[in-house]
Amino acid sequence: MSVRDKFFSFWASFTRHIDGPLMAIVLLLSAVGAVVLFSAVAPDTERFIQQMKSIGIAFVVMWIVANIPPHRLSQIALPLYVVGVLALVAVALFGITVNGSQRWLAIGGFRFQPSELLKLAVPLLLAWYFQKFEARLNFGNFLMALLLIALPAWLIRRQPDLGTALLVAVSGFYVLYLARLPWKAMLLMAATAVPLIWLFAHDYQKQRVLAFLDPGADPLRSGYHTLQASIAIGSGGVTGKGWLHGTQAHLDFLPERHTDFIFAVYSEEFGLVGNLVLLALYAALILRALMIANQASSLFGRLLAGTITLMLFTYTAVNMGMVSGILPVVGVPLPFVSYGGTAMLSLFICIGILMSVQTHRKLVET
Amino acid sequence: MRRHGFRRWLPRRYHNEIRDPARELFLFRKRLWLAGWLMLLMFGALLCRFFYLQVIAHQQYQTQAENNRIAVVPVGPSRGMISDRHGAVLAQSFSAYTLELTPSRIGNLDATLTRLGELVEITPRDLRRFRRAMEESRNFDSLPLRTKLSDEEVARFAVHKYRFPGVDIRARLYRQYPFGETASHVLGYIGRLNDRDIERLTGSGNLLNYKGTDHIGKIGIELSYESALHGIVGFDEVEVDALGRAVRSLTRVPPIPGDHLQLTIDMGLQRLAEQALGTANGAVVAIDPNNGEILAMASMPGFDPNLFVEGIDVASWDRLNTSPDKPLLNRSLRGAYPPGSTVKPFLALAALTSGRRTAENAINDAGYFDLSIGAGKVHRFRDQKNSGHGRVDMHKSIVESCDTYYYILASEIDIDDTARFLSQFDFGQKTGIDLEGEAVGVLASRAWKRERFSGPRYREEHRRWYLGDSVSAGIGQGYNSFTPLQLAHATATLANDGVSFRPHLVKRIIDGTTGQAKELPPEEVRRLELKPAHLTTIKKAMIDVNREGTAARIFKGAPYTSAGKTGTAQVFSLRGEKYIESQIKSHLRDHAWFIVYAPAEKPTIAIAVLVENGGFGARAAAPVARALLDYYLTGKRVAPVPPVGADDSGDWEE
Repeated sequence: MSVRDKFFSFWASFTRHIDGPLMAIVLLLSAVGAVVLFSAVAPDTERFIQQMKSIGIAFVVMWIVANIPPHRLSQIALPLYVVGVLALVAVALFGITVNGSQRWLAIGGFRFQPSELLKLAVPLLLAWYFQKFEARLNFGNFLMALLLIALPAWLIRRQPDLGTALLVAVSGFYVLYLARLPWKAMLLMAATAVPLIWLFAHDYQKQRVLAFLDPGADPLRSGYHTLQASIAIGSGGVTGKGWLHGTQAHLDFLPERHTDFIFAVYSEEFGLVGNLVLLALYAALILRALMIANQASSLFGRLLAGTITLMLFTYTAVNMGMVSGILPVVGVPLPFVSYGGTAMLSLFICIGILMSVQTHRKLVET
Repeated sequence: MRRHGFRRWLPRRYHNEIRDPARELFLFRKRLWLAGWLMLLMFGALLCRFFYLQVIAHQQYQTQAENNRIAVVPVGPSRGMISDRHGAVLAQSFSAYTLELTPSRIGNLDATLTRLGELVEITPRDLRRFRRAMEESRNFDSLPLRTKLSDEEVARFAVHKYRFPGVDIRARLYRQYPFGETASHVLGYIGRLNDRDIERLTGSGNLLNYKGTDHIGKIGIELSYESALHGIVGFDEVEVDALGRAVRSLTRVPPIPGDHLQLTIDMGLQRLAEQALGTANGAVVAIDPNNGEILAMASMPGFDPNLFVEGIDVASWDRLNTSPDKPLLNRSLRGAYPPGSTVKPFLALAALTSGRRTAENAINDAGYFDLSIGAGKVHRFRDQKNSGHGRVDMHKSIVESCDTYYYILASEIDIDDTARFLSQFDFGQKTGIDLEGEAVGVLASRAWKRERFSGPRYREEHRRWYLGDSVSAGIGQGYNSFTPLQLAHATATLANDGVSFRPHLVKRIIDGTTGQAKELPPEEVRRLELKPAHLTTIKKAMIDVNREGTAARIFKGAPYTSAGKTGTAQVFSLRGEKYIESQIKSHLRDHAWFIVYAPAEKPTIAIAVLVENGGFGARAAAPVARALLDYYLTGKRVAPVPPVGADDSGDWEE
């Protein structure tokens, strides 16, 4: 075997569990993200470098996850969920309070936010649960599933962190949907959820929703973010103002411009053309993920891949929707673009899971 | 199979024990693709939104982004300079560094102030002023803490600037009055714009022009010529960030500086007038009879206008505002006093003009005049000279200031005729001087008295005009009261043979940009119909006042001929008792008047001097006029004649 052959065989085994199209899309998205982030944090480069490091680490983690076969992943679902819920209980008992919310656990010198873990642990657990009872899935299983969603969601809400609680609940709900919860039950759930959310919402959250309904009414307060973001996007026009030339971004008019509102920076500098490109990339990502879910060989793989797809979509659409002013402002980052190491890591774990589901398919089938 | 409870509610397939994997996969895929379509729909909605924002509403958002980005910063014009007729600078603007704080950008204000105090001297007065400014402003304003920093202080702060976010050094325009108290009432002062000013500017539509200005004229020339002095605001278009900080300058429309004013005031004469008044409360107005130019306009005591520019401190304000000497009152413009005997030449002229008297008509003065007030009763009006002046014709009545002559004259002339004649000299009405706040004074007539006592507290007997009122008016007592400006103006009119010019303080307006001077031509008010012979009679008598009459002692040895008239205005009614100066409290003493013009042959200056509670006019007021005339006509500065002791007051009787 020549060196060349050796290299190819090594490369083949190294990339065996990497899904090519998914990898390409994610790389492109990350590249776009890096370009925008550079502009959003300019002239500071520290956070840009930090983000590049996070992406590097996230790639490694993705590779590792992709190499874990789905059935092994399903084995850690229950422990992960139990640890997560216990951690939430620990937060409630002796968590650190910052800005009036008790969300963090201090372990060693690190601060850790268990609620982030649950975003992944809940779909994982539900997929495992439905897989386990696949043969005799009945109404009781759905009730149980609801309980498994409600427990961490309730714990997170009382921190209070309604946004994350909702995302956790929604991810669970996606599993239920894909596991074919009857339409009537889903309608009933939706009908109870809406007033419940409004009841639990803080005044500032309600304010945001109201501001969303009429952003011009109070331009310097609740509606400020939305208004400035709309101005940024709208003034970008068809071709944009050019990289690093967004006035809304660089003169500080855009709030949260390297995190939740980074899409406005992109949109201002690259215009409608840029938006089309970005939207196409996300559409490709979702399409590929849908295909993976469609082809998955086990119920666990199907449910997990499908849920991840829907969550990726949810993050993307909710973020873009809120930045462009067709949805109320909720703290959801734009996948692969917004600054933040934890979010980046969770995203790449999701991509790793998708790759694992896709590439371990044949092994299971045969 | 019967279903019970909620089971009935579920689809049948959930109770099936037999499962169909292919069908389940099919149903899963159905849901998956349904989700796919929904996602596509959402992306479509997003796309529509982007299309709306970036294509349809692009123009509107483009404008909003520009409005965000570009701020128009007003740039205040530099205020015009004020100088005297010879070019001496009386008020000037200069740029100086100020230490300014933006409280909203400072976390711990007290700590910052303490640390700043270690770098730059900050007096308790600065701190008080700053705290007051803070109460009055919105907290995102930049407020001055220390003004007029030295170059060294600027340098010291610059080194440490990074330690003081929200603290900046700015160049601001200041106003300075180099002569301090001299001519303070004429110049007035500028002060910080207050709510009332802003309201007024809004009303007149001038607010925009004050966008970059902190100060506005409050009183005096600074107020009256505000629009000329101020200039026109300029604008800087700057790119700003979200906090409103300027990032870079885009375009600039420079401000147009205010015009300079050259006054008619002669600062040498003005200073001398104030010195000559000394510690007395009083006023001096000197006018050029040939054109109405005001050469000097003094009111004592004065104040330092510099105190007002950046906001006067409470202690100084209290001192100025509550002082019984009223230093803030411009006595020459706003003080109205009974004219006393200074009115006699004008009444004599009235008698000549109306034909009621000739110069030769004489009376025999026994020292009093008895006015019959009906029912056999008489009211006796006494002459200042107990023994009487003997035979008195018009010339002697003026030279010796005989009261009885004028008692009789006044009793024979209708008061309305007198008022009509005197009004031609602008007595009791505004002279039209280019200074705000001119007092009208009182020129009594029947109509005036009716109006004055029209209130419900008064009865018809109060409103009626009595002959006794006329008699009092004959010697300048009673209701009439004139301002020093009115008397100076009237004297100038008399000196100029009845041709009167509007008194004015601004000689030329010099364009702040081009330096082109615009002369303000003298404005003739009216020509009085006076016979030269009558004028000669009066003028001769006034010349003799200074030569052999009541003011002869003061004008002894003057190298020019002058024509004057003394006056003593009663503050306090003695009800028939003899006036003994030493026995009267100082604030109840008579006001001393002196009016004069010179050279008598071709007058170039007319002066009215008033010394409050100065006693006899010749003694207190005439020396001031002499000093001014000597200076103005000979260029000599003569020490004011020392006051004379009370023992020889007999010589000074009028």
